[in-house]
Amino acid sequence: MFSYIVKRLLWTIPTLFGVTLLVFSMVHLTPGDPAAAILGDKANKQSIADLRAQMGLDKPLYMQYFIYIKNLSHGDFGKSANSDEEVMTEFMDRFPATVELSMVAMFFAIILGIGAGIVSAVKRYSIFDYGSMFGALAGVSMPVFWLGLVLIYFFSVRLEWLPVSGRLGYQFDIDHITGLYLVDSLLTDNIPAFWDALKHLILPAIALGTIPMAIIARMTRSSMIEVMKEEYIKTARAKGCSRFQVIFIHALRNAMMPVVTIIGLMLGSLFAGAILTETTFSWPGIGKWLVNAVYQRDFPVIQSTTLIIAIIFIIVNFIVDLLYAFINPKIRLS
Amino acid sequence: MEQLFEFIKQYKKNKAAVAGFIVVVLLLLTAIFAPIVAPYSPDIQNLADRLIPPMWDAKGVSSHILGTDDFGRDLFSRIIFGSRISLMVGAISVGVSLSFGLVMGIVAAYFGGKTDLFIMRIVDIMLSIPAILLAIVIVSILGPSLFSAMTAIGIVGIPTYARIVRASVLAEREKEYVIASRINGSSNIRLMFAVILPNCASPIIVQATMGFASAVLEAAGLSFLGLGAQPPTPEWGAMLSDSLEFITTASWMIFYPGVAIFLTVLSFNLMGDGLMDVLDPKLKDK
Repeated sequence: MFSYIVKRLLWTIPTLFGVTLLVFSMVHLTPGDPAAAILGDKANKQSIADLRAQMGLDKPLYMQYFIYIKNLSHGDFGKSANSDEEVMTEFMDRFPATVELSMVAMFFAIILGIGAGIVSAVKRYSIFDYGSMFGALAGVSMPVFWLGLVLIYFFSVRLEWLPVSGRLGYQFDIDHITGLYLVDSLLTDNIPAFWDALKHLILPAIALGTIPMAIIARMTRSSMIEVMKEEYIKTARAKGCSRFQVIFIHALRNAMMPVVTIIGLMLGSLFAGAILTETTFSWPGIGKWLVNAVYQRDFPVIQSTTLIIAIIFIIVNFIVDLLYAFINPKIRLS
Repeated sequence: MEQLFEFIKQYKKNKAAVAGFIVVVLLLLTAIFAPIVAPYSPDIQNLADRLIPPMWDAKGVSSHILGTDDFGRDLFSRIIFGSRISLMVGAISVGVSLSFGLVMGIVAAYFGGKTDLFIMRIVDIMLSIPAILLAIVIVSILGPSLFSAMTAIGIVGIPTYARIVRASVLAEREKEYVIASRINGSSNIRLMFAVILPNCASPIIVQATMGFASAVLEAAGLSFLGLGAQPPTPEWGAMLSDSLEFITTASWMIFYPGVAIFLTVLSFNLMGDGLMDVLDPKLKDK
């Protein structure tokens, strides 16, 4: 197992190197002068030259890359061209909002997805099976942002049950401890703020969780169907185990392996959804910030956000691989 | 010919896939004959007719079936013309992903060794960045436009095709017919593209169909973010983005472009599912 971990860890190095190279070359691939692009049409030659020097663009390319890597290794991700704030500080201000939304969405997706998958597998070819599998396919085909708009229309505009946008009502204030409003409000015993934060989360979480839910449901169904054919399920039945015991204790545990893997690997699609969901619901997270950075051609923000997210993504994939190898000895022994 | 009949017979067993195919054909016809099907030009503004609800609403008029937008443009006509853009985006993006992915996958698998390692490393790096993020990076380099969105979606799709092609070619590479052809003196190019590739077509066709669906979805997403098609292009995602501020006053503006995206993507997915059943049943349920 140890040699597998080391081997897998070594493999991440060229990937990380490649990502930094890609992110670094972004500025240089942009047509025209990046400094002029950042400063806009009204900039004079002197200010462009100053910014070029400040960004290190007047140095040879390999030197620029070297400096870039050196700065990164010191945790220096640069400053936002727009607000002049440290990118890392701004990132950390917004990151908890995206994490909270993604976690609640994933929770919703896992509970409903696994539930629908189990029922579909157990009641195969029933109306429920067809219904939930069509629902799963529809869920994958649904534009997240449109689903968000429809949810806002019905539940916020027509029924007025839930707030239209944002993370918290203006009348509430939460002490920032973790940055996750649900957690912080509970830690400070601020129950009214907790309910308000939860109400703000429901619609975006449903919108964001629908695609993962659809994928989990399909995966659980097919995995459960496979497992239910196994000899040990027949044995369990023959022993006189109840239907509940057979499904939840004998089958589900064994059927979960591919489902757990897919949940880990869905982080990427969850983030993609988060960018769109945050824009629809004006959710103050990373996605909305990134899109604004693209409008404003704020390259330091785009570069650093891409890099940080890619690193998180690589780490999560690494952990998922390890977990998978841990559960499945065939992988680590091969 | 017999194979084709057998294929159709098998495909017809999946009713949902047939429905998907019919919608795709209708969509294609709509896109081709858009100027005939659409009652108005998609760009003609008529401020006197702004924000008219659909015809079944009490305030609706029969001349504007799905109502009008904030510039008085006919929504039905804009959605009809939008089908052209979505199909074009799907075709071009899949074309870009497929052509590069195909060459990368086949070269990696055929030559193996360091070539394989190098190409698959590039693929791994591309896959280590979430697709939409990579697309946003590419759009921010090229500047927001429909062309940038198509290019970005095309590039982002390359690794998936490269992996699928590589896996299929690896399975075929050592088969007897390939060895026989090599002994007969076929060149590497001929072996790769004329001998091996046709036998790897099934998973590629399935992936291209599914890829078409996700390209349409991603393009709509980028346009919704303002990073793809720019106004006044009648692109479905951009239309939804415009409708955001009218969610309380003109709800019809948010429904129909979304229904169009949903139906298009769903139909291609259903078709892909049906093709998978027939061409590559082993892939099913993976």
